[in-house]
Amino acid sequence: MWAFINKLRSPKWFYAISTKLQPWFWAVAALLLVVGTVWGLVFAPADYQQGNSFRIIYVHVPAAFLAQSIFVSMAVSGVVFMVWKIKVADMAAAVMAPLGAAMTFIALFSGAVWGVPTWGTWWMWDARLTSMLILLFLYLGVIALRGAFSSRDSGSRAASVLAMVGVINIPIIKYSVDWWYTLHQPATFTITGRAAMPMEMWLPLLIMVLGFYCFFIALTLTRTRSEILRREVNKRWVRELVEEAS
Amino acid sequence: MHAAPGGLLVAVSATFKRDLTLMLRRRGEVLNPLVFFALVITLFPIGISPDPELLASIAPGLLWVAALLAALLSLDSLFRGDYDDGSLEQLLLAPHPLAALGLAKVAVHWLLTGLPLALMAPVLGIMLALPAGSYAVLALSLAVGTASLSLIGAIGAALTVGLARGGVLLSLLVLPLYIPVLIFGAGAVQAAILGDGIAPHLAILGALFTVSLMLAPWAIAASLRISING
Repeated sequence: MWAFINKLRSPKWFYAISTKLQPWFWAVAALLLVVGTVWGLVFAPADYQQGNSFRIIYVHVPAAFLAQSIFVSMAVSGVVFMVWKIKVADMAAAVMAPLGAAMTFIALFSGAVWGVPTWGTWWMWDARLTSMLILLFLYLGVIALRGAFSSRDSGSRAASVLAMVGVINIPIIKYSVDWWYTLHQPATFTITGRAAMPMEMWLPLLIMVLGFYCFFIALTLTRTRSEILRREVNKRWVRELVEEAS
Repeated sequence: MHAAPGGLLVAVSATFKRDLTLMLRRRGEVLNPLVFFALVITLFPIGISPDPELLASIAPGLLWVAALLAALLSLDSLFRGDYDDGSLEQLLLAPHPLAALGLAKVAVHWLLTGLPLALMAPVLGIMLALPAGSYAVLALSLAVGTASLSLIGAIGAALTVGLARGGVLLSLLVLPLYIPVLIFGAGAVQAAILGDGIAPHLAILGALFTVSLMLAPWAIAASLRISING
């Protein structure tokens, strides 16, 4: 057990293991995303109410899932970094933040585009939209805080604390926004009225969600590897690696 | 670590008294958030409309948002003076939990910012034609709510105290975390106007305060350590 944790501490070990894992995740992600996209956009039947515009769901829902999962993984990495001083965890957290913010933005943007045919407006102060917007601000805060410190180590620890505070707050924010929304409920639309999806719409969605997760893992591995090389540039093993390559 | 003379209570009350004295010697800084609060409230009728009916309908939200911003404005100086003159490092070295000492500082901040804002809000409420019957709830919800705001905001202040220009960043970090308090605080006033029960809102405000009181001091202490050692 301790031997394993000690291994995890070493960026070199992580670099080696991720070299082997990385291509598999990229391959699976590409496969799932291509299959899911083609199935969702071409073969899945059109919605009887929303027509073809419902197909935005194949981007919107996976992005929204990732937006929330990435924040949690970022906070978990922060805990691992703060408690066990595992630097790789912080490097992963650092590269996850922009991806999470991007996913949140994609979820918001695709939601806005989807809103035009279904609600007739780009933006509604819907509970889920509002929570997502707040999540985006939380991401931007973490990214800005990390960048604001001149010492990298302080920035890492500050960002970890903020991610932990944020992750405790996310359920509270989500609950209170839901509550706020039911108080101000506008009576114009219902998206929950739609019954559970038929199988031929749901399966491509599942594939897309899995594809997005694989993409997230693959991208995090690749970007963490770059981050390792950048931060460990003065270590001997990195120099040897570069010499081998050139 | 050896036992400190006097124990934890003495240390906390000493920190509390020291901060209170320091703040009371700089009266201008205590008054600034209150003036800011009044000024922002003055801007709304000018910017929107002097129509009392319209103002009355948006008054709970306006008062809450303006009070929240006024409390935010004063946060940057919460640890700044102590950071600059080195007394924050002394607090870190003290043989008492930093969380408790930080809590004493936050208590002073609330006493001189949150509480005055809560007491002043009804006066500004009159100017916004806030319907009768909601004034006590406005003051009470602000008094409880600003306590949570001080606690949550202190985390942000502790994280940014080591940065030369942390002011804007501080608002960026803290404002999203303020949203639940704003929702239930303004909701309580709204409920009082509509004649609904205010107890649930106040209960949730109290719950938010309790959770912040339990968790925020640890985050404040960890953040102060990061800012000092960094």
